[in-house]
Amino acid sequence: MFKSLAPPEYLATIDHEKCIRCKRCIHNCGWGVYSWGGERVLIDTSKCVKCLRCYHYCPVEAIQIFDNPVKFKQNAYWGFNNIRNIKRQAESGGIPLTGMGSDLPYTILFDNLLIDACQVTNPSIDPLREPMELRTYLGKKPSNLEFEKDAGGKLRLKTKMPPQIKLELPIIFAPMSYGSISLNAQKVLAIAAKECGIVMNTGEGGLHEDLLPYRSNIIVQVASGRFGVNPDYLNAGVAVEIKIGQGAKPGIGGHLPGEKIPLEVARTRMIPVGTDALSPAPQHDIYSIEDLRQLIYAIKEATGYKPVSVKIAAVHNVAAIASGIVRAGADIVYIDGFRGGTGAAPSIIRDHLGIPIEHAIAAVDDRLRQEGIRNEASIIAAGGIRSSADAAKAIALGADAVAIATAALITMGCTVCGKCYTGNCSWGITTQRPELTARLDPEIYAERLINMVHAWEHELKEILGALGINAVESLRGNRERLRGVGLDSHTLDMLGVKPAGR
Amino acid sequence: MFEIDASGLYYRDLNRLIREAVAKGEKEIRVMGVNGQYYIGDGLKGNSRIVIEGIPGNDMAAFMDGPTLLIKDNAQDNIANTMNSGKIIIEGNAGDVLGYGMRGGKLHVRGNVGYRVGIHMKGNKKQTPVIIVGGTAGDFFGEYMAGGILMLLGLNRKDGEPIVGDYLGTGMHGGTIFIRGDVEKKYCGAEVGILDPDDEDMAVINEYLGDFCRDLKLDLGEVMKKRFKKLLPVSLRPYGNLYAY
Repeated sequence: MFKSLAPPEYLATIDHEKCIRCKRCIHNCGWGVYSWGGERVLIDTSKCVKCLRCYHYCPVEAIQIFDNPVKFKQNAYWGFNNIRNIKRQAESGGIPLTGMGSDLPYTILFDNLLIDACQVTNPSIDPLREPMELRTYLGKKPSNLEFEKDAGGKLRLKTKMPPQIKLELPIIFAPMSYGSISLNAQKVLAIAAKECGIVMNTGEGGLHEDLLPYRSNIIVQVASGRFGVNPDYLNAGVAVEIKIGQGAKPGIGGHLPGEKIPLEVARTRMIPVGTDALSPAPQHDIYSIEDLRQLIYAIKEATGYKPVSVKIAAVHNVAAIASGIVRAGADIVYIDGFRGGTGAAPSIIRDHLGIPIEHAIAAVDDRLRQEGIRNEASIIAAGGIRSSADAAKAIALGADAVAIATAALITMGCTVCGKCYTGNCSWGITTQRPELTARLDPEIYAERLINMVHAWEHELKEILGALGINAVESLRGNRERLRGVGLDSHTLDMLGVKPAGR
Repeated sequence: MFEIDASGLYYRDLNRLIREAVAKGEKEIRVMGVNGQYYIGDGLKGNSRIVIEGIPGNDMAAFMDGPTLLIKDNAQDNIANTMNSGKIIIEGNAGDVLGYGMRGGKLHVRGNVGYRVGIHMKGNKKQTPVIIVGGTAGDFFGEYMAGGILMLLGLNRKDGEPIVGDYLGTGMHGGTIFIRGDVEKKYCGAEVGILDPDDEDMAVINEYLGDFCRDLKLDLGEVMKKRFKKLLPVSLRPYGNLYAY
């Protein structure tokens, strides 16, 4: 057999002195790196993705995974992945796929923004002893309020409030479909969303009946493939999201290959077993803002006017597009930056299309304010939110809430190895193989995710306290409390942020 | 028969009246004076039969799940978007993007239809969506088709008038398209194979066309006089070899 000229990315090694032949590594590896040779464990390192499942389950620390030291000659221009991908393409003629968000070293704007704090002249607040409000409502807010007096002469609100989604903190779980992730992973999200008073999103994969008990913490998604969409589905959650695009693959469609569509996924998506589930790139009934409006209101008519969110990828003209989406009647604009994760995307698309979420938030918030329609829709920012600090900075730039997905998966064992598209996830997250998904106990892993959300909640309160602010409302769009370091004046101007020191 | 006068009504009010009538259990509903109101029958469940007089607007029967709509005139765009079950009979022509993502039920159009009809239609074990067009269709007929049955009859054509536009069945990866008469390969997408229907196919055609002809008072024998072509996807996995893993 001709050996691939694309060298392995990692070297999996076993210290056979330490190894006790327990075979746990063989059992745990979803990629088939390890096998039993009769006397000792054999290693096929070309299959290794460094997900570290074997390392964690080796009872004697005999396993070590190294980045393959045998690399092509060092070259500052021709990187390892450039050369390796060409070799893979030469062998297969295919498009190299990847998972998770882009890992290329583009400038990370979040890391060049710093948050203000109070000293002497403006007191900070201790969130451990004083109330701190993180509650967030997503949806249209009225432009003005009217009041009337009731029979007893008491003032009452006359304005009818548009429907709102109530969140206990400004964080939601980003859409991930059943098919792209396992049902157990979706259950983790659902249990945690309910416990934390936030919402998860079905993605475009239908709604499995096991998630129905969590319906008041679920947003259902409608995309171009219309998988699993019927009137019951539309009415199952607290809101409906129309997916136009995804930050990791703006402008291209989804494609769940047939071999990853076992019976349960097919049943939930309402398609036959084994055929490809194609979500075409454009929704062919939407070629304009007017068409989008038509679908938004078709959904509203079918759901008794539940909030409708429209999810788009952050692209160059995002501000004008977002303005159109708001004018089309959306209650929420969900913007996904180019760092956003994916279960599968061509790496060439993921790494080279779109714009950073930080720029998109600032541009959209600016535009909606200028046009006097910022109150007409909430903004959800997503695409690479790694910490509560990123969340706080996104909100200060103008978002109402942030959506997280990769961070949530990390609590389930994910190590961001980026091989979600293979369907072999050893942690049971991005796979449908029953022996792998069974590893992800929803109750146990929900506890870990809940812990993380609560930790971020505390951190957000500490950040607000340091800012001397006692409600997240006062941080929203409050770019005066951000400063840029190491950013050029154009970038600062676009972000609406002053340089540190001014 | 329960009657609703739609003249001058805003679509939200009209649809509310229709929904209320269906909720009350009205089985026969007549809606008069319809003039372009959107979303008639949107998300509607039950088994009522609703006769529409006038021209209904876009997105009729979106997400519909059960009822029968009879349209006595022409209809517009986006009919039967993601429809789950039920039936729509249109006695005139209809517009673009009919049956987008349709999963079940039937759409019978007596006249011609526009572009992108039957896009991404899909079926599963229990459901087979069916669209039958009596006249001609525009480009992208059956694009991305993943399941169900599309039939194009080309009745009452003028001399030399093509039965269908370009890109027929582009990206098709499931379902079946039947065309009455011949269809040239140059009109088809790369993913489409053209076959002669076998006896089993003819039984399917007979059954569905029988229903179509009864609904629209056409002579089945006359319609069946011409031969049919059957279009199938050449692969259920048209993009299976696109990626390097």
